[in-house]
Amino acid sequence: MAQFDLNDDSLVVIIGSGAGGGTLGNELAQKGVKVVILEAGDRYESADFVNDEWASFAQLAWKDMRTTSGTWRVGKDFPNLPAWIVKAVGGSTVHWAGASLRFEEHEFKVRSTYGALPGANLLDWPISLAELAPYYAKAEDKMGVTRTNGIPGLPGNNNFRVMEAGAKKVGYTQVHTGRMAINSQPRDGRGSCQQIGFCFQGCKSGAKWSTLYTEIPKGEDTGNLEVRPNSHVVKIEHDAAGKVTGVVYASPDGAMHRQKARVVAVAGNSIESPRLLLNSASNLFPDGLANSSGQVGRNYMRHMTGNVYGIFEKPVHMYRGTTMAGIIRDESRHDPKRGFVGGYEMETVSLGIPFMAAFMDPGAWGRSFTSAMDGYSNMAGMWLIGEDMPRETNRVTLDPVAKDKLGLPVASVHYDDHPNDVAMRAHAVQQGSAVYSAVGATRLIPTPPYPSTHNMGTNRMSEKSRDGVINKFGQTHDIKNLFVSDGSQFTSGAACNPTLTIVSLAIRQADNIARMMEQREI
Amino acid sequence: MREIDRRTRFSRRGFLRTTGAAVPVAAIAGTSISAGAAWAQDAKAIAPHAMATLVKAARDIFPHDHIGDVFYVRAVTPWDAKAGKDDAHKAMVAEGIARLDADAQDAHASPYLNVAWESDRVALLRGIEHTKFFKTLRADLVVSLYNQPEIWPKFGYEGSSAEYGGYLARGFDDINWLPTV
Repeated sequence: MAQFDLNDDSLVVIIGSGAGGGTLGNELAQKGVKVVILEAGDRYESADFVNDEWASFAQLAWKDMRTTSGTWRVGKDFPNLPAWIVKAVGGSTVHWAGASLRFEEHEFKVRSTYGALPGANLLDWPISLAELAPYYAKAEDKMGVTRTNGIPGLPGNNNFRVMEAGAKKVGYTQVHTGRMAINSQPRDGRGSCQQIGFCFQGCKSGAKWSTLYTEIPKGEDTGNLEVRPNSHVVKIEHDAAGKVTGVVYASPDGAMHRQKARVVAVAGNSIESPRLLLNSASNLFPDGLANSSGQVGRNYMRHMTGNVYGIFEKPVHMYRGTTMAGIIRDESRHDPKRGFVGGYEMETVSLGIPFMAAFMDPGAWGRSFTSAMDGYSNMAGMWLIGEDMPRETNRVTLDPVAKDKLGLPVASVHYDDHPNDVAMRAHAVQQGSAVYSAVGATRLIPTPPYPSTHNMGTNRMSEKSRDGVINKFGQTHDIKNLFVSDGSQFTSGAACNPTLTIVSLAIRQADNIARMMEQREI
Repeated sequence: MREIDRRTRFSRRGFLRTTGAAVPVAAIAGTSISAGAAWAQDAKAIAPHAMATLVKAARDIFPHDHIGDVFYVRAVTPWDAKAGKDDAHKAMVAEGIARLDADAQDAHASPYLNVAWESDRVALLRGIEHTKFFKTLRADLVVSLYNQPEIWPKFGYEGSSAEYGGYLARGFDDINWLPTV
């Protein structure tokens, strides 16, 4: 495997090894570009993962302190854990559920389609579905997404079968086991899903796509990619001309290292990426790197989310099998007659007893809570996930007080639900409840949002440099050799899970970075 | 459908996971919640009466009638070691229990532990719901009670499955009562 010198200034340095960074790293390595991926977390393999929710959380989650403000319930329930994401090689592709859906055409044109919504900072993407479609196809093939490329859907588990029966009774027609980046048959050297459950705890069979055991080893095998775990980037440096020259990163002992670079790509997820740009402020860029628009950290999106669990007379055992292989897509359309713009998906979800206790109704106690817990084996569950509105005031900033162990300001996440989000959640909870009621639910449990797993928008793409941080290739408007490669690129969030779009953008970005390097543009 | 054996089985692993102490299971199994219980007497930094009151409050906060006292004892036992190391924690416990008992005396002329009806004890807990003592106890319990693998089968939850080959051949799709649509 490659090992590059700290003073090698011909490298592309990628910060983060998840869906964006891990994919970009492999794609560039395949083209012969020399790449170092710096990953803040440790490197685990499938055999290291544990089917135990709290133990796995301790192993994989990003637990470094963050602060919160705003009216969102996550800020009240989990004031120092706004997001549930991963700090390890593979990033959040280690714990993602595998749902891989394409944006709809109108979801790239939200300002044109939804109009000017008060309190929302809507903007059309500088790219269209037609432009991204070939890359969606490449991503689906790379990830082995079911119901694409002739790959059959996953078999439905008990939790799905309850959802399916209820959905059909209420008249929904787009109900199936999802487009999942989880092998329903052996593919790409990986086996098929064993219905283990614990998709959120790292896939022990490797059936679920993760950059950890697909993109990264493939990139490493070229001899062009080095992945350095336990390397937490704290600052991006630049020269007098305003071109980035490298990064400074900390190893676990607190020692600082300077890695030179020809190109830097930031892919640390939508909280850490803007934090890094802001923490890299200098005399030349006093408001942070790539922030002439003032949009770095703004327009933070986390999806409208919520859950409905139904308790039935007879057992379901929802935790058995693939966590999220079940979807109702009928509500994902844009139909303002429902009282909100945009749409939402209903996807199966389940938690084990430890997380169900922690997340069912944080702060609750007494018989109302425990009798619901007692109904666990007879429970079916769904996650509601829809488009939330980008707002300038929903943003990641540097906390003025709290510092991390290196003495750097931590990220502070402010979020207020937009009235559109509130209306959509109410509709989704009502429809989810109808699905379970249709097949005899005796009790419905509308569970509040969990800490954010979908973090988006804080370095958004825009056609004009005044409206956003990056252009249509993820290149920052202000600094030619600085790129953003994660979900913080999203101009808007769409109704669906973000990973497929992050991977598609990364494949496209790799083509463009390689082209720009070859043409000496960067 | 494949159902789950919900009978109690004790394992040393589950015990060590929650308490970190080496008290044998036999010493706490089958006892009632009182200051005279061996686990209450063995507490070092928290007085036996306070220890017993904590366990009673733990059961009243998260009451599961199919879960034995032993699991509530285990969930609360780490508080003794914590009080031994942390004076602020020790004071919080002492003050919290004293307040609960004072409220119980006012309302029922009895310490909290001896208030007969759960609903009456819950009313007393509601009265201290805003205190740091209550919030800390509830927040700790939601992990220390429910993260005991030995109680998972009592909720019909089977825990780790990878070592059994997942649920592919163990009932991932064995639901048999749904209406045909």
